[in-house]
Amino acid sequence: MQPIISINGLSKTYATGFHALKGIDLEIRRGEIFALLGPNGAGKTTLINIICGIVNLTAGSVTVDGHDIITDYRGARSIIGLVPQELHTDAFESVWATVNFSRGLFGKPKNPAHIEKVLRDLSLWDKKDSKIITLSGGMKRRVLIAKALSHEPDVLFLDEPTAGVDVVLRKGMWQVVRELRASGVTVILTTHYLEEAEEMADRVGVIDKGELVLVEDKAALMRKLGKKQLVLHLQDKLEAIPPALSNYRLSLSEDGRELTYSYDTQSERTGITDLLADLSRGGIRFNDLHTIQSSLEDIFVDLVKSDLVTPDLVTP
Amino acid sequence: MTMNFYAVRAIYVFEMARTGRTLWQSIVSPVISTSLYFVVFGAAMGANITEIGGIAYGAFIVPGLIMLMLLTQSTANASFGIYFPKFTGTIYELLSAPVSALEIALGYVGAAATKSIILGLIILATSWLFVPLKIAHPFWMLAFLVLTAFTFSIWADGFEKLQFIPMLIITPLTFLGGSFYSINVLPPFWQTVSLFNPVVYLVSGFRWSFYEVADVHVGVSLAVTALFLVACLAAVWWIFRTGYRLKS
Ligand SMILES: Nc1ncnc2c1ncn2[C@@H]1O[C@H](COP(=O)(O)OP(=O)(O)O)[C@@H](O)[C@H]1O
Ligand SMILES: [Mg+2]
Repeated sequence: MQPIISINGLSKTYATGFHALKGIDLEIRRGEIFALLGPNGAGKTTLINIICGIVNLTAGSVTVDGHDIITDYRGARSIIGLVPQELHTDAFESVWATVNFSRGLFGKPKNPAHIEKVLRDLSLWDKKDSKIITLSGGMKRRVLIAKALSHEPDVLFLDEPTAGVDVVLRKGMWQVVRELRASGVTVILTTHYLEEAEEMADRVGVIDKGELVLVEDKAALMRKLGKKQLVLHLQDKLEAIPPALSNYRLSLSEDGRELTYSYDTQSERTGITDLLADLSRGGIRFNDLHTIQSSLEDIFVDLVKSDLVTPDLVTP
Repeated sequence: MTMNFYAVRAIYVFEMARTGRTLWQSIVSPVISTSLYFVVFGAAMGANITEIGGIAYGAFIVPGLIMLMLLTQSTANASFGIYFPKFTGTIYELLSAPVSALEIALGYVGAAATKSIILGLIILATSWLFVPLKIAHPFWMLAFLVLTAFTFSIWADGFEKLQFIPMLIITPLTFLGGSFYSINVLPPFWQTVSLFNPVVYLVSGFRWSFYEVADVHVGVSLAVTALFLVACLAAVWWIFRTGYRLKS
């Protein structure tokens, strides 16, 4: 199937001379949820803003459902909904007015039933007559989502949709995104919350310093780069890891009751069988065990650890 | 290429709603200023200048007064209309929408011009309370009103983006444009200088539609006004097309 978005050799140099994107090639599949991950300043917003027409590209080309974003900007933009990173909202307009304005701006005739559905889905219906300035940050974010959905887009861009949104609301938003995907909408989201990508995305792209470092199915990515840990709950306290087990990558919890073994899911032999045999030989008995799959976050940190400093990675 | 009329309407309706919310400020202040102008010019100066070209001074200044309000209000409204989304950041939506420069300009300029026209009519009505008026050519009066409102809304819309301060230029041009006097009373040198001021043609043409007296021929007035409109349209079109100062 033809990809819904094709990005070819896309570069951006800002007026300051800053090279924000360096030859990005990327295809977004129809109907998928694509998560764009990267530290602050990686170029995520720049990429989205170019596709949406807010920033001019320097080189390369982008098509959205076959429409070139420059020569056929009407075709491209009319099927795109954008929820920007910053909370740019009107102030004195009502929620109802601003959402209807968006629908008109994107060339659609009035459709109160659709707007009502969008507002209800986003739990904004009882706020429809409120002035936007009276709403909380989380509600304003949802107003922006409602505006983006007002014209029934095929592609939805969410630029850090849940930054600064509390856990309950975040879960609610994920639900909305899932329903959108179920209805056939392609969703591209950027996020700092790796948990979000892990929970939501079908595919993940990692961008760093203006370059796409990696694009992968999320499941494959986790399989490929994922480390697993085997945690054993010991029957008897251990003071230290016995020398006989020093060949294994083991760590002992502070209370001496949990022994953790790290192994690579990719390697031929995980070494679990040997470890368990050695344990029983050494008389170490356990009454429970479980495994932990490394999170996308661990994978991500692995990928960009070249720039050891990643203070912008926020985990909830 | 088809026009995105829904977008033009959306912008227009949105802007008119904003106007509606501030209706009182938008009406009360020009009505008060108009009354003050009548007191100052009509009463104080009218005592010395009884009539110009056979028209009572109080009545003579009405078209100039309306033009003054029209120019300053159109300029302020239109530049505010487009400045506001830039200021609040909501311009992202305009830039990401499937709208052309022309459609954006039509929406904003249309709303600003509408508001100016309404104001012009309100001032006209206020004037009626002070002086007896006669409008010889109502059609041309409206034509000048609409044309001027649009032209100056467009020019404000465009020049705000060039970061000029239209008000700084508009007010002196209007005062020196024969709003409150006939340029025929000026020394010949200043009459010639005045002819480079486009406002002279607007005021003169507008006044002609009231009293059939004009500083310059009404045909010339109309031509210059239309030319000015075209020039402003071209400037705005160019600014939006190139994304000048709007996009990085
Ligand atoms: N208008 C601009 N002019 C100059 N540099 C910019 C501009 N906008 C963004 N940048 C720079 O481009 C880089 C990428 O920014 P951005 O795309 O916002 O990153 P992200 O969204 O991944 O945090 C940053 O270093 C930022 O400082
Ligand atoms: Mg960003």
